[in-house]
Order: sequence, then C-alpha cells, then structure tokens
Amino acid sequence: MSTSRFRFPGVTMPPAARALREEVREFLAEERASGGFEPMADCWAAGFSAEFSRKLGQRGWLGMTWPKQYGGHERSFLERYVVTEEMLAAGAPVMAHWIADRQSGTQMLRHACEEVKAAALPRMARGETFCAIGMSEPNTGSDLASVSTRAERVEGGWQVNGRKIWSTGAHGEGCDYMIALVRTAPADPKERHQGLSQLIIDLKAPGVTVRGIEDIGGQVHFNETLFEDVFVPDSHLLGEAGKGWSLVVGELALERSGPERFLSSFIALREAMEVLSRNPDDRTREVLGHLVAQIKTLRRMSLGIAGLLQEGRSPETEAALVKDIATRFERELIEQLRIVLPDEVLLDSSGVLPRLVREAVLRVPSSTLRGGTNEVLKGMIVRQLGLR
Amino acid sequence: MSETDSVILDTAARMFADLSTQEMVNAAEKGEWPAALWQAIEESGLHLTWVPEASGGVGADLLDGFAVLKAAGAAALPVPLAETLLAGWLLGRAGLEVPQGPLTVARGRHRLENGLVSGAALAVPHARNATQILVLAEGEAGLHVAALARDDCALREGQSLAGEPWDAVEFSAVRPVACAPVADLDENHLDAMGAVIRAVQAAGALETALELTIQYAGERVQFGRPIGKFQAVQHMIADFAGEVAALSAAADAAAEAVAAAGGAIDADAWVEIATAKTRLGRAASNGPAVAHQVHGAMGFTYEHRLHHFTRRAWAWRDEFGAETRWARRLGEAVLSWGPAQLWPKITAVTDK
Repeated sequence: MSTSRFRFPGVTMPPAARALREEVREFLAEERASGGFEPMADCWAAGFSAEFSRKLGQRGWLGMTWPKQYGGHERSFLERYVVTEEMLAAGAPVMAHWIADRQSGTQMLRHACEEVKAAALPRMARGETFCAIGMSEPNTGSDLASVSTRAERVEGGWQVNGRKIWSTGAHGEGCDYMIALVRTAPADPKERHQGLSQLIIDLKAPGVTVRGIEDIGGQVHFNETLFEDVFVPDSHLLGEAGKGWSLVVGELALERSGPERFLSSFIALREAMEVLSRNPDDRTREVLGHLVAQIKTLRRMSLGIAGLLQEGRSPETEAALVKDIATRFERELIEQLRIVLPDEVLLDSSGVLPRLVREAVLRVPSSTLRGGTNEVLKGMIVRQLGLR
Repeated sequence: MSETDSVILDTAARMFADLSTQEMVNAAEKGEWPAALWQAIEESGLHLTWVPEASGGVGADLLDGFAVLKAAGAAALPVPLAETLLAGWLLGRAGLEVPQGPLTVARGRHRLENGLVSGAALAVPHARNATQILVLAEGEAGLHVAALARDDCALREGQSLAGEPWDAVEFSAVRPVACAPVADLDENHLDAMGAVIRAVQAAGALETALELTIQYAGERVQFGRPIGKFQAVQHMIADFAGEVAALSAAADAAAEAVAAAGGAIDADAWVEIATAKTRLGRAASNGPAVAHQVHGAMGFTYEHRLHHFTRRAWAWRDEFGAETRWARRLGEAVLSWGPAQLWPKITAVTDK
C-alpha cells in the first residue's frame, strides 16, 4: 500500500518459525538456569563461547539456510531470523559463530570451489569452525577499495603480504578462516575497484600472526592480523581474480541486514524492567514507551528486510537505512535507560544490571562504526535517492 | 493486495492529483470550500470506503481505506475525507446508516439525557464544513454513538497549524439525528482510530515533503553545483528518508493490526497504534526540520508548497493525543507486561 521509495513488507511468521521460536526459548531458559551462560550486552560481538556455538550447531541452528549437501538445513530466512533475534534478546554468547553464520559461510557458498565448500561449510554448520572478516586495514577503513594487502601469483596459488585490522573473533579458539580482501593487480586510479580479490586465508597457516587489540573496556574482541609471505592455494580464491569488489559488496549486504543492529543493548533494558517497575514515574513510563515504540518499529523494518531476502531480492540500501537508524537508536536506548535508572544501579560495580549497563555504554560507540560507518551508509542511501 | 485495493487507490490518486492542487489547498485555507473535489469524492464513493455495505457503503477492506488516506496525506487533501471515514467507521460500529455529505467526529465522552445530547469539544476538524458531527454520549443505558446536525451545534471557528478548520463545538440538549448504543467501544478507542489515521496521513505528507526535498536539492545550484552534492545536505536527507521509512513502517503495522481485528481496537491493535503515534511525534519533528533546512528561505515562503505538508505533519502529531501521552500509556502497558513478557509481547505481533 506504499508509494514509498523503500519498502519494508509486513511479515507474518509461518507456523514452522513460531514452533522454532518456542524451541529456542526453552533451550535458552534451560541454559540460563543451569548457568550455561551469563547474559551480556553486544553478545554477538563480545560473547565468545565455542562450546555454546557447538550446542547450537548440534541443534541445527547454524547454517540454517544452506543446502543440506553442505551440512545446512534448508530452512527459511525467517526461521533463521527467529533464532538470531531470540539469541540476541537473551544476550547469549553467539560471537564465535556469528560472522561465519551471517556472512562468511554464505559467501563461500556463493563463490568458493566445491573442495572448499565441502571442507568448511559442514564444520561451520556444526559450530566447529569459525571465520573472521578481513576487510579493514590500519590505513583502510571506510575507503575499502584502498586496501594494500597484496597477493602475488606463485606456483599453485598466491603469496599474501600485509595486515588486516579490527577482525572480531580472529583470535578465538576455532577461528580457522578469514575472508580477506586483497589486491591482486595494481591499482588504477581511474578504476579503483578493479584488481581486488577475496581470498580465504587459513589463520593457522605459516606466516599468519593474530594479535588481539584491547578495546576501551579492556577486552580483546578484535585483532590485528599480520601476513608475512603467507601461501594461499588457488582453491581458496572466491570468484574470479580481480573481480572481488562486487563480491565484497555482496558480503557487506549480508553483514548489514540483521537484527543485531538494534538488539545489542536490549538485554540491558530487559534486565532493567524489574527496577523500573518499582515506583515508576511519568518520566519512566514515557521513556519506556518511546524505547519500545522504536524497538517495535525497527523490528518491523528489519523483518521486512528478511522478507525481501526471502523473496530473493538484495535489499542493500534498505539494509543500510535500517542499520543507520538502528545503530543510532542503540545509543539512544542506553542513554535514555540511564536517565531513569536509580543512582544505586549506576554506581554499583557488581550485579547483573549494573554490569549490563556499563557494557552497553562502553560498547555503544562501536555500533555506528562497525559494519560500515553511518556516514558511509548515508552515502549509499542518497545514491539510491539519486542525489549522488 | 486485493484487486479492489489498486482500483480504489488509483481512482483516489488520480482524483487527488487533478483536484487537490496548490491553488485549491490555499483557497481552502482562506475559507473557500473545495466543492468540486468533495463532489468528485462523493461521486466515486471514496467517502464510504469504511462503511459496511449493509449500511449503504462500499464495504471495502480497511487497508484500502488506509491506503487512500495515505494518498490523501500525500496530496495535502483540503477536505475532511479522513474525518468522514472515521465517522463512517464509528457509525458502522453502531449499526447506523451513513448520511451524505462531509462528516466529522468530536472527541470525548458526552452526556445523553432524555434523548438529548450535551457537551463540548475543542479543535473538531472541519466541523464548519460537516453536515453532521458524530459524538460518543453516555446515557443511563450506556454509551451511544450520536449524530448531531451541525446546525444544531454552536461553533467557534478556529484553525489548525495547517490552516485547516479546527472548530470548538458546543451542543446543549440537542436531539440527535440518529443515535444507537455501541458496545466494546469508548472514547479511547475513538482516539486510537483517529491516531492511526493521522499517522497514516502524516506518513503520506512526509513522503511528499521528502520528494520535494530531493527534487529541490537536485535543482538548487550554489557554489557551482546542486546543493544535493554537499555531504552535509546529503546526510540530512538520508536521515529524513529514514524517518519517513520508520513512520511508514509503524503506521502500516498499526493499520494492519486494526484490519486484523476486523476494525476493532483490540489490545494488540492498541499497542501498534501507540507505537505509531509515538513514532509520529519524532518523525513530524525531525522530518520537516530537514525539509525546511534544505529548502532554505524559498521553502519558508507561503508561495512554495512545502508548508502544505510540513504544517499538516505538525498539526496531526498533536491530534488524538500528542506523543507524550501515547508514550506514557505505552510505557504503562509495557510495565504491566512484566520483565519476562517484554520480549514475547514484542514478538507476538508477527507470530499470530
């Protein structure tokens, strides 16, 4: 019914997805009760648990949309969405497999050779191996085409030299792979996007050094990865050499399309409800109303994207638009929550709620940076509007 | 999407494009009743979109009506089509027939005594142009929908921010033209239906404001290039596009929830409406701010038609409860869910 430039179709969950949701909730409740995990904010970027990921793999909740031939379960995008949003809302430690499941595995499915798909995908679907993103470099952030990590042709493959940075989870146990954007042909200033390729790098190969970088919370989640004469076999090239730009754009669309963009701090709100319920004033009610209205609206839009993916479309601009609004909302959520929480919560150094609030505050600056800065995303949006 | 859906919407869109011109909207603000436009609306039956066939209406899908209202907002329609649809909905819930002519609704709960209705209401949209004003009145036998002849009411003319009639209405022991009891519907439900209507209209109006903004940014040249080439301007417009998309999403969700409830405002629909009306406050604040900033002084003139859309957004966000009230009540509902039900309640809307 919309003449809008951006369409976010309404979605009704099919019965299979509804049943799945109940299953996932039961699992999470059991895990939480038995001490299987402590809920955390930003759980998909900060909660690494190889064990937890394996449990999900055992239940068939990883690689859900991949073909059974590769260890996947051939389930719908909506069913996958249900699993991911339940995990996020519960603050479950899903970091280890998050990237492989969200983008790297699908990227390999689309562009890797059979040998690699057979070797990597079933293990990813079982939660036994993980993958990191190799895009940013010390001198390459928003300007992704400026990567200088280079791969030179050698017998049977490539020799890679350079550095990648900000790779979340690369240091983690079981993170065996990185899909790296590298230069395989010299840069032509008139055609900057030519001559780039994506290579799957075995992080255990000789010449690869992964070094954790502490973030402002004193935690190691992202990394710097050094490549010194690293040999990468021909079979690890994705798609065609020199034509990697369109591949990385596709990977980014996968990266940007999910509900983690507005749910990273939801667990803090959920845990705060008990405290907020004691003697709520008008301000508290108003803040809660505004926050829930935003969450519901963002969920509607985010689900709309899943619906578009289900239709076989590639909603890159819609994903950018939702990521822009959603990540700005994440900051708003924790700032508004803070305003209505009593001092005792903010000044306490122990306890679940104070910890979650603190985690959320510390992590929120990364929301609008990772997965494409909001400024870059706005540029994509205006290109779609015809202004660029 | 039903077939009727596109036929009705196409008819409406064409009519609005032809007859809801800048001149007509300006003339309406000066008090000139757009007779040709209203006649075309009555001839097409658009005003009866929400009236069940049994009561003499078109009995179309609720969503069809919302689609038409979005188009009406997008065209800054200067006639009370929305109010007539709202009245039609109210009459339908009471099993009353719908009269000809423009109609409107006065908010609140009024008094019914010995068959006579008394009460007062502020800012009744288009009261002076309506043939009848619908009210909810409480008598000994409970709540009733009462249709009052406009001429039986005392009017004090006023205007909304958008220059549309917002008249204060008083009715003292007026015998209604029609009256019937209504169950499962009170003044809060009426406000809720009005709220989702305004959210949908505003989504349309802001879409047009966005289109005008994109167009202007592409045409206005300064420093040797269209201003839309400057990153600061681009980013503001991207933010505006986000607001419009978010408001549309929220308004669509609310409209769908009302349709799913068969035109009733059940608990689920109420939550979606509260979400949309809350969201409208922000969108109607941020959106017009960008639109006017990009348009510069030109957009601040009466002559440029941007204000037809921004002023409507500003007026509509205040009607049927401003966002503070809706947010507060939504927050109250959220608190009543309890912590364990916060997430399940949020997901329930897609899992029905």
